[in-house]
Amino acid sequence: MFPSLNHYLILSAALFCIGAAGVLTRKNAIIIFASIELMLNAVNLAFAAFARHWGDVSGQIFVIFSLAVAAAEVAVGLAIIVALFRHKESVNIDDVNLMKW
Amino acid sequence: MESVFFVILAVVTVFSALMVILQKNPMTSVLFLILAFFSTAALYVLLSAPFLAAVQIIVYAGAIMVLFLFVIMLLNLNRIKEEGSPLLKALGMMVAGMLLVIAAVVIRSTVIPSDSGFVAGTEPGFGSVEAIGRSLFTTYLLPFEIASFLLLAAIIGAVVLAKKKL
Repeated sequence: MFPSLNHYLILSAALFCIGAAGVLTRKNAIIIFASIELMLNAVNLAFAAFARHWGDVSGQIFVIFSLAVAAAEVAVGLAIIVALFRHKESVNIDDVNLMKW
Repeated sequence: MESVFFVILAVVTVFSALMVILQKNPMTSVLFLILAFFSTAALYVLLSAPFLAAVQIIVYAGAIMVLFLFVIMLLNLNRIKEEGSPLLKALGMMVAGMLLVIAAVVIRSTVIPSDSGFVAGTEPGFGSVEAIGRSLFTTYLLPFEIASFLLLAAIIGAVVLAKKKL
């Protein structure tokens, strides 16, 4: 059987690592946020694949909770970005190093 | 048939995810993110989770992406350019690539028992609104209520952060 659990897990790992690469390499706060959404999405895919594998609907419930957390995170995060832009006229994360060292 | 759909959707998803992190323009980047979310929703349908596919399109491709596009247009971010040291960029790519290699090796070498759910398919009604609702309002009732508190806290937090004087 070709699309088995392992194939879905490898696709999920690939998406997660693309998201991680985005977080590590980009400077634009909005793109970093989009990359975090990609990583959450990859984890949701793994949850759904395991739910299908075990024939248990609990995995899909976890995806719904993860969606709720992602929605809350996006609302607060984008509000922080808007507030940041109002103060600094920039969304480059190199301009926001007050808490760095 | 399922394998053909899986390959097409996997290629589209990975391509659009790569475009999200490689595009210079944040607007194009977010539009590719919408494409990635839509193809993931189609993958949910393949995984016999039609309700999740609907929720994914409504919440992610609908609400969250509208928020992203709204913020980008509000802040007029298209003219901001970013420059970073190429060394750090290469290092970040290398770390992410190593993470992928480790994950792939672990996934390939782990034997997951009873690989029957994918072969035999699932019983009818699996992943339907009824099955998910039944589980959500019995077994997972307390986490469901806590999630509503989380959303309330997020609403209040967003309103407070968006005030004129922080």
